[in-house]
Amino acid sequence: MPYEAWKDNEYIESLVKELQDNGANVIVGSFDKLINWGRSNSLWPLTFATSCCGIEFVSLGAARFDMARFGWEVARSSPRQADFIMVAGTIVNRMAPVVRRLYDQLAEPKYVIACGACAVSGGPFKKSYHVVMGVDQIIPVDVYLPGCPPRPEAMIYAIMQLSRKIKVERFFGGVNRKEKQEEFLKNHPIDEVVD
Amino acid sequence: MAQIQDTIAKLFPEATFEQDDTLLVNIPDAKWHQLATQLKENSELAFDFLVTIVGMDWKDKMGCIYYLTSTTHNHHVSVKVTTDNREEPVLHSVSDLWAIAGMFEREVYDFFGIVFVGNNDLRRLFLSVDWNGFPLRKDYDENPALNPVSTDNERQTDFSTAYYENAEGKVERRVVRVFEPDDFVVNIGPQHPATHGVLRFRTAVDGETIKKIDVYMGYIHRGIEKICEKLTYPQTLHFMDRLDYFSAHPYHHCLCMTIEQAAGIEVSRRVQVIRVLMDELSRIASHCLFIGTYCMDLGATTMLFYTLRVREQILDIMEKTCGARMTFNYECIGGVMQDLAPDFVDDVKALLAVIPKNIKEYNKIFTGNVIAKNRLEGVGYLSKEDAISWSVSGPSGRGSGWACDVRKTNPYSIYSELEFDEVVRHEGDSMARFKVRMDEIVQSARIIEQLIDNIPEGEICAKVPKVLKLPVGRWFRTVEGCRGTFGVYLESDGATSPYRLKIAPPCLPLASVVDHITRGSKIADLITIGGSLDYIVPDMDR
Repeated sequence: MPYEAWKDNEYIESLVKELQDNGANVIVGSFDKLINWGRSNSLWPLTFATSCCGIEFVSLGAARFDMARFGWEVARSSPRQADFIMVAGTIVNRMAPVVRRLYDQLAEPKYVIACGACAVSGGPFKKSYHVVMGVDQIIPVDVYLPGCPPRPEAMIYAIMQLSRKIKVERFFGGVNRKEKQEEFLKNHPIDEVVD
Repeated sequence: MAQIQDTIAKLFPEATFEQDDTLLVNIPDAKWHQLATQLKENSELAFDFLVTIVGMDWKDKMGCIYYLTSTTHNHHVSVKVTTDNREEPVLHSVSDLWAIAGMFEREVYDFFGIVFVGNNDLRRLFLSVDWNGFPLRKDYDENPALNPVSTDNERQTDFSTAYYENAEGKVERRVVRVFEPDDFVVNIGPQHPATHGVLRFRTAVDGETIKKIDVYMGYIHRGIEKICEKLTYPQTLHFMDRLDYFSAHPYHHCLCMTIEQAAGIEVSRRVQVIRVLMDELSRIASHCLFIGTYCMDLGATTMLFYTLRVREQILDIMEKTCGARMTFNYECIGGVMQDLAPDFVDDVKALLAVIPKNIKEYNKIFTGNVIAKNRLEGVGYLSKEDAISWSVSGPSGRGSGWACDVRKTNPYSIYSELEFDEVVRHEGDSMARFKVRMDEIVQSARIIEQLIDNIPEGEICAKVPKVLKLPVGRWFRTVEGCRGTFGVYLESDGATSPYRLKIAPPCLPLASVVDHITRGSKIADLITIGGSLDYIVPDMDR
């Protein structure tokens, strides 16, 4: 995909601009680039799906859409080996603590894609008594992917957006999104587990 | 119908009768258990299949409607049992007669707070123990502050409650254990690749042998039945896509037929043919995905790629006509949303041409494989009596020798004119359930073959009023979904939205029976057995 076709995300453009304005150290900057190149090209998803979107995620893994082309094919069943969660499907009240725990179990650096209308905002179940209206209420989200369910092509696009975001991250000298995440976790604490 | 009424009236003079689309028997709660015993055991009645229990809140009273079918006589009856006490509603349980009733009663308890005397495990099913209120009651307070989203772990309990009548006839509460104190309980799910969604098994094991499984649901309970009460009839349709997303067309078909029957709308023959074509295409796509994921669960990853090839071809056909790959929202009240795509017929013919080749290939790769045989044959045996008692319908029930195909037993739409065989096998093991689905692909292809050259001309949607109001009444219809008997109960009070829309999914019994089938087998077989039942979690949770 040519770079020009990507210029549709002001947020990432401003991140890149900020990085360039501050100036990158020749040595540290080169290491940053190397690490981010590696990370962004081997993103391992967690095998996680609650409903319809999960089936499109299966299609994404199969031969026709073949996410292996991009280095994402190693879907891990354990969160400890995965890089990102694709929250594919509705998250309900009972599932919320589980999703949060899965997120906490992911090893850093970790990312979240809210996949489908339900995970973005509650979607068609906006009037329900037992649905979390957007997964961003319980975990920080990096990429929002609308659709009900999104097509596999859209999923590819979303993960490409994520890897693009990773490419402008700083590993040495502060991670720019880490602060945001720490702030989020401070505002959304988990109490002591009471039995 | 009259004969059933006579038999019941002779035995229970206090019973009153109403005639809807089925015979409805009104019976006081005190006599209900006796009547239920007669209904099940009297050989003239022999109602051995409990289709569903519909919990109801009529504001002045609460109660249940039981839908029963006889597998020997193929007749139907419904029984209405009510109570006036809103504060502490109590009814008698029938969980000792139909094995599945225990689970259905838990569902009613969860939604309405109706206590069933004699049910030995009356816990909440979908909602947590700390949930405030009973959501499907008409006076339920939906304020989210009462039941906030929490990221703390849900409170777990190893205890359940049972209600029983003491010597004076008063209802008392007793605490019962789900697991024994020295049980070793392994937690499987909700995040586990082999549970096919977010289902959780609390498994008590003795070494490698399974002692008991507590099926823990509700991780995708979205409250669809309650939302439907706030929406107009056309708006309720699209939720059918999101229950069992593989049976989107049959489920849509069912709700459309129910509403059309209630509103007295006739659909054209063209629409009926299109709907049946879509149903059968979905069935092929669904069974293909089942075969793929099931084999993947067992370690044969390659099969997924082979079966998804056919599925993608079907999804392409659907996409051209319906505009979506999965949640189609294609059938509408009175017909279908848009006409068939111009190259629909050619595409379907191309599909029919490749199916026999593919089936042969699947059999060559997997069915005859010695490892597959060892893992499937004789594993997870379910007898025919148990299948009926647990309401395990669909391909899983037919694997146990129960001829339960709604397309044959109660033909709807144009199925009575079509030539196809009901696939029934008698082994009752995982291999039988697998092979039934394999053969059903062939039968579905046969149905499509008969119709594809004979799609009649005609209108694609009947004239339906912009604001649709249904007359006061109740309707219950079943269709054959891809996983079993799917039913819709609709009650209208004359308004533009349903008073109650109850969805009777096939997957709730399929998941409930896991405990019964797996007892005494090895924990590794849990994956084989669960996979062979092919339940879809959003369907059972709703």
